[in-house]
Amino acid sequence: MREVYRPIGGKLLTRHFYFMGVLVLIGAFFMARRFIFGIGDVANLSDGFPWGIWITYDVVTGTAIACGGYAMALLVYIFNRGQFHPMIRAALLTSVFGYTLAGLSIVIDVGRYWQLYNVFLPQYANLNSVMLEVALCVTLYTLVLWIELSPAILEAMKDNRHLRQVRHALFFFIGLGILLPTMHQSSLGSLLLIAGYKVHPLWQTNIIPLLFLLTAITMGYAMVVFESLYAAVNLDRPIETDLLSKLSAIIPWLLILYLVLRISDLVWTGAIAALLKPGPEPLLFVLETALFLYAIVNLLHKERRVRPRVLFWTALATILGGSLYRFDAFLIAYNPGPGWQYFPGVGEILITLAIIAVEIMAYLFFVKKMPILLAARPARLGAKA
Amino acid sequence: MNIDRRAFFKIAAAGAATALCPASAAARPPKELPPEAVGILYDATLCIGCKACEVACKAENDMPMAHDTPLERAHGVAGTWDADNDLNSRTMTKIKVYTSGTAAVKDREEDGFSFIKRSCMHCVDPNCISACPVSALTKDPFTGVVRYNPDACIGCRYCQLACPFNIPKFEYDKAFPKIVKCQLCPDRLAAGGIPACCDACPTGASLFGRLPDLLTEAHRRLTFKPGERQQYPVRRLDGDEQRAAEVTGYYPKVYGETESGGTQYLMMAGVPFDKLGLPPVGDTSRAQLSETIQHTLYQGMMAPTLLLGGLVFAVYRRTHAEQEQEDASEGVEPATEAREGRRDA
Repeated sequence: MREVYRPIGGKLLTRHFYFMGVLVLIGAFFMARRFIFGIGDVANLSDGFPWGIWITYDVVTGTAIACGGYAMALLVYIFNRGQFHPMIRAALLTSVFGYTLAGLSIVIDVGRYWQLYNVFLPQYANLNSVMLEVALCVTLYTLVLWIELSPAILEAMKDNRHLRQVRHALFFFIGLGILLPTMHQSSLGSLLLIAGYKVHPLWQTNIIPLLFLLTAITMGYAMVVFESLYAAVNLDRPIETDLLSKLSAIIPWLLILYLVLRISDLVWTGAIAALLKPGPEPLLFVLETALFLYAIVNLLHKERRVRPRVLFWTALATILGGSLYRFDAFLIAYNPGPGWQYFPGVGEILITLAIIAVEIMAYLFFVKKMPILLAARPARLGAKA
Repeated sequence: MNIDRRAFFKIAAAGAATALCPASAAARPPKELPPEAVGILYDATLCIGCKACEVACKAENDMPMAHDTPLERAHGVAGTWDADNDLNSRTMTKIKVYTSGTAAVKDREEDGFSFIKRSCMHCVDPNCISACPVSALTKDPFTGVVRYNPDACIGCRYCQLACPFNIPKFEYDKAFPKIVKCQLCPDRLAAGGIPACCDACPTGASLFGRLPDLLTEAHRRLTFKPGERQQYPVRRLDGDEQRAAEVTGYYPKVYGETESGGTQYLMMAGVPFDKLGLPPVGDTSRAQLSETIQHTLYQGMMAPTLLLGGLVFAVYRRTHAEQEQEDASEGVEPATEAREGRRDA
């Protein structure tokens, strides 16, 4: 198989781009405050809610949304669906920035950031800590992602010597790049096991690693569809309806598996009874499930699946459902005890927005300047693929 | 084409099998009490709420006093009260009060009140230690005291999430923050002394001792009948200071004997512990469950290594075939456009 990737070119400094730049500057101001005056100056974090949106959105949800590269590699290299190969680079790109900026968020969130390297020192390692596994795995995977993306950068630089060297070792990094997210996306869920009663019974379960892994992969596929449609609309690219429709066909089955596992586990442990208790939690659970059911119902239909509009909304519903699942588990349905409350502070939100803005700016820079997106395939090559 | 997938399933099945089979056998046993374990027995029925323990704790640990400006202004005083109303990053021990209705009688659930002293429970099987990625929290192998090492700590605050008692506190207001928690006055213990809070307690409500002895003492007190006069040791269980007091009756439980796998800070009171704000923790430590699940999945990295081998093999086979095909075709057709556009794997 051979694909032609091209930088799509075009003006980089659009109004859209400048707007993102302003968001980044505002965020940078609050980041500076955080480092000068402490976390409490910008964030509403407390001893009861030690983790807020920086962890829940930027790290836990952000890396799940960035699972496109992982999910596509799984499909192409392990399940041998070569037809999706052309979409891998774009998927990798969103993964690279999702993970890199999750790393940046960790530096902002962590209190004693100047000692962060202790995580890599064997004398401090605590092999019982789920957090250690997540920290090492996410760092390593971020490096692997850059290596996986490096051919695109080396091509843009016309550095053929290094390009050849990278290509020879790439199979190993692709393999590693499938293993690592399998480990840490499940462990991001396992982080909550130790919190016990603080996590609402509808979310606290021993199979939480499996549920986090499944939703992360599903969100990865949904993000690839979403990103492709975004590029089609905003960057004037042809809509790859045929491939997107085939890709979206996987999503309902993963979601069905997830719902069957989650609900049967709730029934098995009896935690399902919590659905009948008053409070917002049962509604949140229903909302998550409804978002997933919406995607399932629409995507199971072969005729509906070919409509770009359906593809867009189901992808969005899947991403929102998976994100809500993470927000519920880590924040909304998290209750450390009476007297504690959390709603993100203004500075806290603006820092997160700045990080999202950096992601979008970096995405635009890369697709415009580097060979990431597929050039329209010549019929000859298209037929061969 | 399907061979790779079959190979993958084989590898995945092997990985899953190694990961899941010895699951029950590998369950991590609960942690045992260290041989020289020491602790504190807090008896709310003896506590008079004088807060001498709080003052002594702050003096011993050089912690600043908290000011409540409106309160101080209203009374025209300053520095009279240490105004924090709960544990925080400058308060490691705190006397709190439960009241009900008219609050007429001490240590009664209805229309009564009770004090409760909160601080680190020094769990036998601490969640915070299991959670900490960099071993900044450790348990002394002899005394069992849970200690904090700021030189290791990265400030991730997972210990705060993990602790069922919400004990570790973090200095959110500082540019270079630390975790703050009771470490049972390590300097005093090393010199053969007792923690400042127990030393300062005039009634024996906070009593220091070896943990097995404290448990025996606690169960001795549970046999007391209300109205009796009994001898209570003061400051330390193995000292000779004693005082006689009238028994007001106990809620039949020693909190901390089993909670979260047992704690080295034990509590007794006249009212149920949930009324005193103690959380509904089970009898096993969540650390035990978390470690059992995690180590079952990882099996000392055996399962991930096997899986990695399978994954790399599958990817290699696929990309290798592709590359050969491409090399072959490159010889035949003079690649023009295709040369520029690269295969990336």
